[in-house]
Amino acid sequence: MTKLVATPGQTIGPFYGFALPFERGEQLVPVGSPGSVRLHGTVYDGNGDPIPDCLLEIWQAAADGTVPDAHGSLIRDGYTFTGFGRTAVDNVGGFSFTTVEPGPRPDGGARFISVVVFARGLLNKLHTRVYLPEDVADADAVAADALLSSLPENERGTLIATREDDGALRWDLRLQGEGETVFLTYPER
Amino acid sequence: MVDETFDDARVITSSDSAQSTQAEINEQMAGITRDYEAAGAEETQPRIDYAPYRSSILRHPTKAPRPVDPESIELWSPAFGQRDVHTLESDLTIQHKGEPLGERIILRGKIVDGDGRPVAGQLLEIWQANSAGRYVHKRDQHPAPLDPNFTGVGRAITGADGSYEFTTIKPGPYPWKNHFNAWRPAHIHFSLFGTQFTQRMITQMYFPGDPLFALDPIYQAIVDPAARQRLVATYDHDITSHEWATGYSFDLVLTGTHRTPFETDTTAGQSPEGAH
Ligand SMILES: [Fe+2]
Repeated sequence: MTKLVATPGQTIGPFYGFALPFERGEQLVPVGSPGSVRLHGTVYDGNGDPIPDCLLEIWQAAADGTVPDAHGSLIRDGYTFTGFGRTAVDNVGGFSFTTVEPGPRPDGGARFISVVVFARGLLNKLHTRVYLPEDVADADAVAADALLSSLPENERGTLIATREDDGALRWDLRLQGEGETVFLTYPER
Repeated sequence: MVDETFDDARVITSSDSAQSTQAEINEQMAGITRDYEAAGAEETQPRIDYAPYRSSILRHPTKAPRPVDPESIELWSPAFGQRDVHTLESDLTIQHKGEPLGERIILRGKIVDGDGRPVAGQLLEIWQANSAGRYVHKRDQHPAPLDPNFTGVGRAITGADGSYEFTTIKPGPYPWKNHFNAWRPAHIHFSLFGTQFTQRMITQMYFPGDPLFALDPIYQAIVDPAARQRLVATYDHDITSHEWATGYSFDLVLTGTHRTPFETDTTAGQSPEGAH
């Protein structure tokens, strides 16, 4: 089949704040609800300075491993898990999602949350993944994951969250330079 | 909507970042164009490392993105519907008591994936400046008037054939601080979802014949002229409505999908029970 050429992307620019964020966008589940986990971090530029104008979205499986198909992300009812979250970072580049850990994958692979990044100064979207640290704690698990096993250790680390003492997942995003996050492209066949 | 109430300070901040002249930016852009033409390999997306757009310098990854086959959740997309978006949200001219100022336009188009399949039942969001080139955003300090009858945010769920339609006002061009006397061509920001999260995209739609195209490093960051042209809407007199509004068409193509689509993808944007 003849492939059509995709429309080019463009930067989100600085003025998305009145348009894209929505109420409780960062709460895939209510804060403090049973099984909830915090996924948080900071977005940095090539100077190591936090970026204050960046929008992050996450998309993930439900706690039972199924792919959510419920409507209601934009108007949250506090009960329906839609698997989608969106947040603008704060003035010091910080973000904080409240979600659940995705359940087991049907193929038994390491679990991850899919992330897409938009920012002023960033001319196109960036895709990446956040893996749960417990899933990729040993060499066999890393070897079984096509992406992680293809990366040198220092780059691999940019895709794996850190478990904090209170159970939260910490994951920072570096757009450029030292510790630059691994971003992904999905070639078409 | 989050707290983005407008702080109505008529402050023009000094443009200390605006050190380059337009001529210097133009020269830099022309050099990149020459190199692109000499290289002879077609590019269809913007460069992310494009120094004439000053803010990109410290915000672009230096490593090439890692090619990977999409897995599990990446093969699906969040589902949106009328629960998320009211049908009236596609008319940006009826959100306040009065009619907004400016040139009323109807914007119509279709979203398909790389195989030409319609992207049905998916979320499309737009945002834009008003007819004077001013955003309802607290960080926009361009001393042009706000319009009490215009916010500049619209949403729609695409139809079964991937179609959408917005009624809005033609936005004005506006100044920015990339370089001295820098102006953005008039544009509308588009945010859209496909049937896979890998297709997620944000872009900008422009109007035909804008004299600012050649001067704008964001538009020119798409170095290929044919690719840039894909972001320019077409004036369409068949969309123009008698004694009411001028019409433009703008179609979008997402990247291809990696899984075999299900029949239900084109009816409700949903995956069948148990398919995942
Ligand atoms: Fe804009």
